[in-house]
Amino acid sequence: MKPSELKDIIDFIAKSNLDEVNIETEGFKISVKRAATPIAAAPVAIQAERQAPAPVAAPPAAAPAAEPEKPAAPVSSKKTVEVKSPMIGTFYRAASPDKPSLVNVGDEIKVGQSLCIIEAMKLFNEIESDITGRVVKIMAENSTPVEYDQVLFLVEVD
Amino acid sequence: MFKKILIANRGEIAMRIIRTCREMGIKTVGVYSTADKDSLHVRFADEAVCIGPPPGKDSYLSIPNIIAAAEITNADAIHPGYGFLSENAEFSKICQDYNIKFIGPTPEMIMSMGDKSTAKATMRKAGVPTVPGSDGLLESVKEGIRLANKIKYPVILKATAGGGGKGMRIVKNDFEFEKAWEDCKREASASFGNDGLYLEKFVEEPRHVEIQIVGDQYGKVCHLSERDCSIQRRHQKLVEESPSPIITDRLREKMGAAAIKGAKAIRYEGAGTIEFLVDKNGDFFFMEMNTRIQVEHPVTEEVTGFDLIKEQILVAAGVKISGRNYTPNSHAIECRINAEDPANGFRPSPGKITNLNLPGGHGVRVDTHIYSGYTIPPNYDSMVAKLIVSAPTREEAIVRMKRALMEFIIEGIKTTIPFHIRLMDDPGFRSGKFTTKYLEDFDFSGL
Repeated sequence: MKPSELKDIIDFIAKSNLDEVNIETEGFKISVKRAATPIAAAPVAIQAERQAPAPVAAPPAAAPAAEPEKPAAPVSSKKTVEVKSPMIGTFYRAASPDKPSLVNVGDEIKVGQSLCIIEAMKLFNEIESDITGRVVKIMAENSTPVEYDQVLFLVEVD
Repeated sequence: MFKKILIANRGEIAMRIIRTCREMGIKTVGVYSTADKDSLHVRFADEAVCIGPPPGKDSYLSIPNIIAAAEITNADAIHPGYGFLSENAEFSKICQDYNIKFIGPTPEMIMSMGDKSTAKATMRKAGVPTVPGSDGLLESVKEGIRLANKIKYPVILKATAGGGGKGMRIVKNDFEFEKAWEDCKREASASFGNDGLYLEKFVEEPRHVEIQIVGDQYGKVCHLSERDCSIQRRHQKLVEESPSPIITDRLREKMGAAAIKGAKAIRYEGAGTIEFLVDKNGDFFFMEMNTRIQVEHPVTEEVTGFDLIKEQILVAAGVKISGRNYTPNSHAIECRINAEDPANGFRPSPGKITNLNLPGGHGVRVDTHIYSGYTIPPNYDSMVAKLIVSAPTREEAIVRMKRALMEFIIEGIKTTIPFHIRLMDDPGFRSGKFTTKYLEDFDFSGL
């Protein structure tokens, strides 16, 4: 692939509204990703303990907080996926206080594997993964409230 | 008094409740679906939590999600607003079970008024005038004719399993009865597989006049007079006003007393509204009771000076009401501004608001959640603002409303503002003589 051809591909992708393009041919593989879009900060930081009635409420964000920008054309073919909460409730790393965490940073996870527990209205829901990959960061704190669509884990996938 | 109230609603009513809570020093929790993450109530609430994806059933109508949100934010009360879960007896019950005060009536009160025939029977037993009619199904034409003469023509024969106007016939005299009976039975049988019929007095040229009541936890109920909501399109209210142009002091006393009797019969707690049909003779009949705060509550607030949301919160916190009734001290009109195209059958017009100018000045109030740059999501109802004006007389209120409507600029979407402007100029509306059928003959062209 000539540098000018590579530039053409990147220009073409930049002009489109694709977020990511992976091209693989014999002897050549390229992955082009658009710079990460800013993620709107949740209008509140809920730091309330379940028992104490005095939560610390952050003032509502006037503008979305920007995520650090990822490079436009990473050489690596791996990407990081956000695992988001499917419900509002309290996030727990383990099935009960005396049991070990369901997943830790560095763990390889599979589709269907239990990642965490989210409790609401006294019901404990096991949250299963719908991707395969490696856990790179745990974004929510044990025993704290999480809302719908809040990022719980960052998982590196192929 | 409550420390923190979770508002289980969205849009302008969420803003309304936040405002009163702020004045009362009560912290607020807003909830939102992902479609509402840029909504104004999310920014104004002290805290806000995302409870689900856009569909109502997965967010604002989801009892587990709302309760979970209250749990994690330690809210000690929930205000349900109007619509959504506000008249859901199960939700009221679950709040009780979870020790969260539901700002509204108990599950039993909601259930007693939720079923139309139970509500009617309860009201009748309490001595509240209801639309006269048969007690259940009619056995024969003879029985029907006898009853029709008792309650006086015109009457309406209705299919018990009916709906959508099918299996219904208005009967004006004895001669028409038998044919109407046969037609109804045939239609009902064909459409619903059930030819059971009942009889009701046909209320001629009805106006929709409702009475605002407030009941405390100790059995006391008071009324704050009426609102006339006869300007409706397809049974949706578009304009409301207080006082009603046709209600005399005497009639207000009678209707107010009837509304209080009805509410006391179920020991009603909270703000509520009893809706009546008023015919051309000034006779009024119970239609239904709404066991929640209503969209048009600001009309009553402007003419009585009371903050009805505050009254709801006080009553829920166990404060006693004085029991005094209140009558309008001025005239107020509300126009509901919807994101709809009145020139094209009022079809919904969601989209981004590119330019906004709110009206102002003496006697002008706007309750809204929209702002310049806001995109109206297509997932919920189309009301974008309520414009309420008050003035010493009805004539001055109409002039003021027209003036305020002319200042109200909303660009980027179509709204019903042009319809309201035309209505304010309309001689029929200005005369005060109109019924719930008025808009059926209204000219909507060229708006």
